[in-house]
Amino acid sequence: MNTSTFFEGLVHEDRVHRSIYTDAAIFEREMTHVFGAVWVYLAHESQIPHNDDFVTARLGLRPLIVTRDMQGRIRALYNRCTHRGARICRQDRGNARTFQCAYHGWTYFNTGKLRGVPWPEGYACDFGEPQFNLAQLPRVESYRGFIFGTLNTDAPSLSDYLGLVKKPMDEWLERHPGAKVAVREANRLKFKGNWKLAYDNAADGYHVVFSHRSLLEMENRMQTDPGKGMSFYMGKPDEAPMYVQSFGRGHHFKDKRPNLEKRPGALWEKEAAHPGMEFFETRIREKAKDRALRALDLAASEAVNINVFPNLSILGNHIQVIQPIAVDETDTTWYATAVLDEAGELGGAADDVNALRLRTQEAFPNFGEVDDAVNFEEIQKGLAACEDEWVYMHRGLGIPGRVRTEADGSLKAPATDEVFMREHMKEWKRLMESEPKISVLR
Amino acid sequence: MSYVNDAFYDELVCSFAAWPESEIGDPATREECRMLVHREARLLDQGRFEDWLALYCAQCVYWVPATPGGDPRREVAVAFDDRRRLEDRVFRLRTGHAWSQAPASRTVRLVSNVEVFPFTETAVLVRSNFLIADWRAGETRLWSGWCGHRLRRRDGRYEIEVRQVNLIDCDQNLRNPSILL
Repeated sequence: MNTSTFFEGLVHEDRVHRSIYTDAAIFEREMTHVFGAVWVYLAHESQIPHNDDFVTARLGLRPLIVTRDMQGRIRALYNRCTHRGARICRQDRGNARTFQCAYHGWTYFNTGKLRGVPWPEGYACDFGEPQFNLAQLPRVESYRGFIFGTLNTDAPSLSDYLGLVKKPMDEWLERHPGAKVAVREANRLKFKGNWKLAYDNAADGYHVVFSHRSLLEMENRMQTDPGKGMSFYMGKPDEAPMYVQSFGRGHHFKDKRPNLEKRPGALWEKEAAHPGMEFFETRIREKAKDRALRALDLAASEAVNINVFPNLSILGNHIQVIQPIAVDETDTTWYATAVLDEAGELGGAADDVNALRLRTQEAFPNFGEVDDAVNFEEIQKGLAACEDEWVYMHRGLGIPGRVRTEADGSLKAPATDEVFMREHMKEWKRLMESEPKISVLR
Repeated sequence: MSYVNDAFYDELVCSFAAWPESEIGDPATREECRMLVHREARLLDQGRFEDWLALYCAQCVYWVPATPGGDPRREVAVAFDDRRRLEDRVFRLRTGHAWSQAPASRTVRLVSNVEVFPFTETAVLVRSNFLIADWRAGETRLWSGWCGHRLRRRDGRYEIEVRQVNLIDCDQNLRNPSILL
């Protein structure tokens, strides 16, 4: 494959070729040239709070065990026995100092080091050699609780990789007491479609009133003034103060906060009805007193979509992870987050905030994402029309003054602009044309 | 709608935590409860969502946990609907713009292993297994698991106060979970 001319033909300024969503060979290349080359989100530190905790994850299709080892260091071990290749860990999460393969009993420490094999006298080799340890990602770093890993020894530091997207991530964290959240289970969804369909959608302000029409109607069924939930997008969304921003490296941001009045309580007022709302709101007001509006805002869905290429989206209060399964199958897992209030900033109302916040987080996966997922599946089906080659993402392109370059180099555009898709496709093309320096550690 | 409060959550978590060994002795009560869960299944298969809602009491919950027996105050659920949200759910399906159900799934459900247990003076617990065939957009998928019903006696009949739907794959990624289970 002459990669530069090949991908040149697939990714144009205004459109991309259908095959990037449908071709199994392109998908296979992505699993290393994209998912192996950049920092990929693996897990949240709150999922492995104690030494010896682990949670399984994947890097592309590679099965991983993300462990906090006996010294407290976070590692991403290949969940693959060095001997014959079986997955050694078959639980999604737990606490274990060692992992023993169920097939022939080879046992490893949670640092990846081989602990021993049954009847070693039957081998001539030296099991102290590192080649028999579990493979692991050479680089694992966290950014404020978000654990990322990469196979690429030439990748920049995680902090540099994130670059400008750190600012909205910081703001998202800092609205919480102690700038901390904890993962509390997830709404787990799956669709029969390519993973990029989910990422293309992550900052898309154009689909909202169409794909989510039923949700908008539902959220506002009891209101005379239709101002709840996703109503930001009704009327002329491009003339609203919200915007989409593209940060480079494929990261982007949909910021709906400018649509809200800058005062405590404004976010909470956007929420439609949720189970337990009346009881827990009353209790939060009693307990948190002068901090009640801040506490209630924490129960409401934050008005941001923060997308970290290629697989992480912070959507409202969710940490959404996009996991490719096959060229036409993707899991999107919407991890719910809860408030931790170690310093008592919320006057003892944290449990009440969470009892509400978990209910507000169930709404979008139940009543919004299911409709998007069906639309993604319909794209995948539509793309079977092989002579009809192009998928367009040129909304806003070529309109003078619509996309503005900020002083930091980011691009800002009105809410329904597709500039963010064009930008992450450029990054995708650059990665698919490049040869990352891939290695594992043992 | 203030009935979803701490006491309500506490009772909810306890209700389905342990099941008695012995069913209710009275065959008429068992039969009445069996008929109710079968009727519920039929109404859902027939798409009669408003009639289905009428089986539920004013202070009800439809709960699909994301982990078996998890406390909904401490973890998110696949679905946790009070009466108002259940009405939201039906309203959304009726808009005609809920693309995950437009066109709608064709479903047929088998409900079996119905057991009726004592709970309080005015309420019983019913446990049953289900298998739902869900045909939509050219494919048939299966949903399976067991249901815990808490039925409340009011005005000479049982109403559904709580239905806990325990999918066997509740902690896995689910494709288009938009039907009423």
